[in-house]
Amino acid sequence: MWRETQKQFAAALRDPGSPLPEAISNTNGRTSLKRFNVYRNNVAVGLIDALADTYPVVQALVGDDFFKSIARNFTRLFLPGSPVLLNYGEDFADFIATQSETAPTPYLSDVARLEWAWNRAYHAADKAPIGIADLADNPEGTVAHLSLQFHPSVQFLKSDWPIVSIWQAHQEKDPQNLLGQLPDRGEQALVVRPKMTVQTRVLDPVAYAFIKALYDGHTLGQASPLVIDTGPLDLSGHLAALFETGAIVGFSDLT
Amino acid sequence: MTRADTTIPSRAGVGLKACHYHDILGGKPDIGWFEVHAENFMGAGGPPHAYLSSIREAYPVSLHGVGLSIGGVEDLDIDHLDRLKVLVDRYQPTLFSEHLAWSSHRAAFFNDLLAAPYTDETLDLVCAHVDQVQSHLNCKMLLENPATYIVFETSTYDEVDYLSEIARRTGCGLLLDVNNVYVSCINHGRDAKDYINRFPVTAVGEIHLAGHNEDRDDEGGRLLIDSHDRPVIDPVWELYAHTLTCTGALPTLIEWDNNIPEWPELFAQGQLADAIVTRTLQRTENPHVA
Repeated sequence: MWRETQKQFAAALRDPGSPLPEAISNTNGRTSLKRFNVYRNNVAVGLIDALADTYPVVQALVGDDFFKSIARNFTRLFLPGSPVLLNYGEDFADFIATQSETAPTPYLSDVARLEWAWNRAYHAADKAPIGIADLADNPEGTVAHLSLQFHPSVQFLKSDWPIVSIWQAHQEKDPQNLLGQLPDRGEQALVVRPKMTVQTRVLDPVAYAFIKALYDGHTLGQASPLVIDTGPLDLSGHLAALFETGAIVGFSDLT
Repeated sequence: MTRADTTIPSRAGVGLKACHYHDILGGKPDIGWFEVHAENFMGAGGPPHAYLSSIREAYPVSLHGVGLSIGGVEDLDIDHLDRLKVLVDRYQPTLFSEHLAWSSHRAAFFNDLLAAPYTDETLDLVCAHVDQVQSHLNCKMLLENPATYIVFETSTYDEVDYLSEIARRTGCGLLLDVNNVYVSCINHGRDAKDYINRFPVTAVGEIHLAGHNEDRDDEGGRLLIDSHDRPVIDPVWELYAHTLTCTGALPTLIEWDNNIPEWPELFAQGQLADAIVTRTLQRTENPHVA
């Protein structure tokens, strides 16, 4: 019996047009829509707030009312699959891309992807980074055979829009200043959280291709020729910069 | 790791919020303990765990679950029980509490504490779930009375009798949320003081206090909403003071989850609760002093 009532209750929560469960009432025995709507509202507001926590820059870009409206539509279609709300909203970027209202802000879904990557990095497992000097322990000539192990928080993003610059502008008190000076090109990014702070770094195309090749398991020796066609090379510079971000936690010798 | 005392003292604690981490670790305020929502610490690592570990070194911590759906008809989510077990093992909270409510249905999580009817059928179900939680986590749990906005015509138990029976059958403790008592009693035209007087006080291991919002239902009747977004109101403080005369001094939590204030305002709410607990303790120790 509770099984059937709970099913009706859940259906009425999901769909405002659904009838209220038969067995519920106020104390006078009458069904009260306003009372049931407290539950509907709690569900909607709680999930919209959870999305707002994960996507503050998306919210700032479109304004509170517009954000609430897309978030409400998203929460109606996609309820969380578990009570762990820090995992909720992964598909929000894809959802934004399908909404006609967001057409005037075509970069919005990629900014959402960056915020999701930030959220993943924030909650990723902990691991202590190593420095580039640790590579020096290897016998001369063997470094090319090394494969690097990346921090569990590391993620890569590639966008046709300057998403990192947009995101970084919103970390300032007055984003408008920086938003007026956005680069007129897309950006590639590395997201990593070596200790307590999530870092989002813009990578130039060469650095991106090189680091991504390393991330995909290529050795230092294999990764270098892969990017030779991409542009002028300063691989040792890129490698040093990569270690400085704290993205590398170990290496293995693949000889 | 060195740990603060593992018992939760009979004094005020507050709900731990990320925006207060620095105030707490920087100022080491004189507060009895902290309570955390378990689900906020179910990521693999990162700042939440780093901050909670530091805070756990300095204070007792209570773990409060908001997602087990104990009142739901479906089996409990074993993955979620496992996630709770990881937290219990890692942080060794003295108290673990959950709600007499449901929140999940067919793999969808509604993120709210939803009401269930009080019948023989649901009593068996809830008791089986409480047994399962206690054996999975290998600890006694506290079950919290809900704030409700509707009643079920099918209910055959009064809420106090229902909770008493759950505690009797499973050996679980109860978390008495005094604000929820106030909210539900106003919403359903019941006497809050009578609810407290009939409550099985020996089972109570913790008290919750919070602020609530007020609205009107379709018929113009008072409709209080358990919003946790403002200070505790005077009638709830009075009901709390009355509660302590029945239960004796107990660990008391200030919950403030929305429109979260600056640390000093939350801390001040804790101090108000502390003053009432202290008065109760003094009365217990010196029963003849007025």
